[in-house]
Amino acid sequence: MNNPDQLSVPPDGRPYHDQPQWRNDFPIDWPQDEFVARRDFTKFLVLTSFAFAVGQLWIVVENFARKRRGQPPVRRIARADAIPVGGSLVFNYPEPHDTCIVVRTGPQQYFAYNQKCTHLSCAVVPDLGRGRLHCPCHNGSFELATGVPVAGPPRRPLERIRLEIREGDLYATGREVRA
Amino acid sequence: MQEFFIDPNRCIGCQSCVAACSECDTHRGTSMIHLEYVDRPISVQTVPVVCMHCDSPTCAEVCPADAIKRTGDGVVQTARKPRCIACNNCVLACPFGVPKMKVELSLMMKCDMCYDRTSVGSKPMCASVCPSGALYFGTREEIEHLRPRSQPVNQFQFGEQTITTKVHMMVPRDTAVQHVDVLSGMDERPFDDVFEGIE
Repeated sequence: MNNPDQLSVPPDGRPYHDQPQWRNDFPIDWPQDEFVARRDFTKFLVLTSFAFAVGQLWIVVENFARKRRGQPPVRRIARADAIPVGGSLVFNYPEPHDTCIVVRTGPQQYFAYNQKCTHLSCAVVPDLGRGRLHCPCHNGSFELATGVPVAGPPRRPLERIRLEIREGDLYATGREVRA
Repeated sequence: MQEFFIDPNRCIGCQSCVAACSECDTHRGTSMIHLEYVDRPISVQTVPVVCMHCDSPTCAEVCPADAIKRTGDGVVQTARKPRCIACNNCVLACPFGVPKMKVELSLMMKCDMCYDRTSVGSKPMCASVCPSGALYFGTREEIEHLRPRSQPVNQFQFGEQTITTKVHMMVPRDTAVQHVDVLSGMDERPFDDVFEGIE
């Protein structure tokens, strides 16, 4: 045996270079198990950096593509007075799985946001007493009037849904993704 | 170099080693020693079983999670906690029946020859308390001087598997070493080439 760290003997007694590859990949001896070759470490560093660089590029491309796509189509939500003052309504916009929430704070005041908390995508719920949207998962809070985070772990504002009232009907006309 | 010698002939079943083992700081409260009766209905003879620390540890060979490791001085350690999946393979595979599954910890724990003590030159807990010398930790010269009629053996035969261990078993010097054929109790002999073709 040429390597002093290779102490254990494989069951068939043959030397390590005659053993299948998995036996070298999963060594029984502690020093071998802890051993990281310089070449492996370099490979790890290079590949990880490459993955990060590709990720950054992908974010740029994705941002560009989103701007090119433009706004989603207008969709009717409900009758404007179907929501009482101080009440809220959950609707889906622009896709059926994107849940949004519209809150009516005054006779002519509506605010709509995507319900996904920007921290870990829990659904936010209105907390009108404090004028906030509250995320119960980690006690995150967003200002109801602007959607910016005011407390807890979230760092980015909620995705805002543009609203319009046409002939007494409430319409979602677009969304604003803010960083 | 100090080595571990087990002399089951001298065991009186006093449970001192069991109590001492559970005093060890790395697994306080649980004993890693198995103190077994050989054949309780006809004899009170007991055998202390500590880990034999095989050169080719079967427990580590069968571990699917790569959790059982052997340190550079030849001591097979308790499963590494971040890796052990509590699958019980090692418990079933060990020819000496040493590993213990701590279900509440989801961890296999076994005798590590009191690694905190032997790695700095002290005796293992069990060997330091054994009143009859059934568990002995010392040099080969000492044991030969103390037991002139016994010889240490560290090769065992389990079916087709020959096991060489770090821990020695004391057997009579004047008779040939005998191995029990453990396969004789099986209805069918296992296939000769169960692992053929597995790379």
